[in-house]
Amino acid sequence: MIPTLVVLAYLALVLYIGVFRGGGRSSNAEDYFLAGRSLGPTVFLLSLFGTNMTAFSILGASGHAFANGIVTYGLMASSSALVIPVTLLVIGTRLWALGKRHGFMTPVQLFRDRWECGHIGTVIFAVQAVLLVPYIIIAVIGGGTTLRTVSDGLVPFWLGGAIVALVIMGYVFFGGMRGTATVNAFQTILFLLFGAIAVSVVSAGMGGFQAAMENMLASPSAPLLTRERVSPWYFFSYTFIPLSTIAFPHIAIFCMTAQRLSHFKKTIVLYPICMLAIWLPSVFLGVAANQATGVPAIQTKLEARATLAAEGPALSADEQAQLRRQAAGDDVILRLVDGYAPLWLAALLGAAVMAAVMASDSQILALSTMFTEDVFAFYGGRRRFGEAVQVRTGRAFVIVLTLLAYVIALQVPQSIFDIATQYAFAGYASLAPLLVAALFWKGSTKWGALAATLWTAAAVAFVAVVQTTIPAPPPGTELLVWSPSGTPVITRAAAGMMVAGFLPVVPMTVVSALVMIVVSALTPVARPGPATLAKYFAQ
Amino acid sequence: MRPLAAAALVTLLYALHQDVWFWREARPLVFGVLPVGLFYHAAYTVVTAVTLWALVGLIWPHHLDEPSARPDTE
Repeated sequence: MIPTLVVLAYLALVLYIGVFRGGGRSSNAEDYFLAGRSLGPTVFLLSLFGTNMTAFSILGASGHAFANGIVTYGLMASSSALVIPVTLLVIGTRLWALGKRHGFMTPVQLFRDRWECGHIGTVIFAVQAVLLVPYIIIAVIGGGTTLRTVSDGLVPFWLGGAIVALVIMGYVFFGGMRGTATVNAFQTILFLLFGAIAVSVVSAGMGGFQAAMENMLASPSAPLLTRERVSPWYFFSYTFIPLSTIAFPHIAIFCMTAQRLSHFKKTIVLYPICMLAIWLPSVFLGVAANQATGVPAIQTKLEARATLAAEGPALSADEQAQLRRQAAGDDVILRLVDGYAPLWLAALLGAAVMAAVMASDSQILALSTMFTEDVFAFYGGRRRFGEAVQVRTGRAFVIVLTLLAYVIALQVPQSIFDIATQYAFAGYASLAPLLVAALFWKGSTKWGALAATLWTAAAVAFVAVVQTTIPAPPPGTELLVWSPSGTPVITRAAAGMMVAGFLPVVPMTVVSALVMIVVSALTPVARPGPATLAKYFAQ
Repeated sequence: MRPLAAAALVTLLYALHQDVWFWREARPLVFGVLPVGLFYHAAYTVVTAVTLWALVGLIWPHHLDEPSARPDTE
């Protein structure tokens, strides 16, 4: 009961911060959607980082580490710690300057201006929007699940999802970007505190980690302390995933909210340290959970995993699926804290988890910004009805989108959206060449941009079809999907589709860049005029 | 010259991420608890922060600062 009350109080606090620190009843589009391009350095750092952290950062990271070991940190944290700040330095700063200079509020506005196109921008908007929607649905599902778990079923899923959807909708509706950014900054502080506290408390509960690690080295779980279960090519593939960050519309839009260019400096330098502070405890606790046999729920998971490994091939598909569900580690950090932490920390954890699942606020606001700027305003809405109506349209869009996400969340299993978000990372990484070409290559054309966008959409659809129509084989094995002349090119592994040993994100991004280069080179007549190029490339 | 130095630094760091030399090693356990592969990547993250500090000094886009007023604002 106490954790439930703490989480509900936390939600009320978040709503208060978002609404009363927000833009109020602003009817100015730039003020509502971009906080008037006035965010200070600390809020900019904390909020940009918090915006990019989802439920995966705490729950998923420890769950992945529980099953796969220390490799999780190298796959997802240290690669992001390098790639994301470098893209902020090289691309984010230019987005900021162009937004400030020419009034852009979305990437599509920049693309339309840069390549002198209209409807091609609408195609890019549509692909970006389709890839972003699953995140919003996942947040509602995560909110409902977390409230149900924290309250031991007292708050049913439908009610928990509704409460979370209403809170997010409330502060995005009233607070706009300023409210959303302030909430994100507050939530990031909570993430940062949580890791250190959880490690200390669980360490005390387990009698220190030293003995646990030594025991693990002597057990069949020892490979989890190395990376021997993954190939170097698979590991390398993951370095392409963080390219998606700058191409996500909510991140690109967020780059335009800083008051001054110099605010990027602190964000770029401290981003890796924030990654370390959140991901190292999450991954370490996930690995250490393999020795937490004193926690009955974790012991059940370990037994299910051992049964699956020993008897897997002899079991029916249903039995294997049930064992996989039992062995899944997404709630392992919840179980660890439940087993070792006092009640107050369990309550704090509930709030931290809620903070993570609510990171979709900026995606809702980004979609609202994109819809009102890239569709409503572009097709004459602002000219005919004025800016105040545009802002009201944006707010109405926030309500419609949140309600739609809630209704879908009640109808469709979460696993579908978990998969969809995996596609989204690869899809956005594949859209990154558009930004690079727009900002750094005079010879790029609208036809190159369209071709790269259509390639991305087709590739994402193909990966989705392969992964949903071909069931995952047992871990450690691969099914051949396409092997011309006996050479395996496309395979289906337990972790998903692979292309020549790489994750699909690698060929998708490389081919997207090639398509942009080749099609632009074939259409030189579509290059923008000197006046447009002069805006983007100093002489 | 500065962009080249910056590109070289980023390339070096990108290559160092692929640390095949600790692939199959768990020992030594640094501080008694961190497997060497995990410690390497934690240390790598700190080195990345220091490198980014150097990059900000090397290739900060000063020319983008204080942009002129919008010529095409509605």
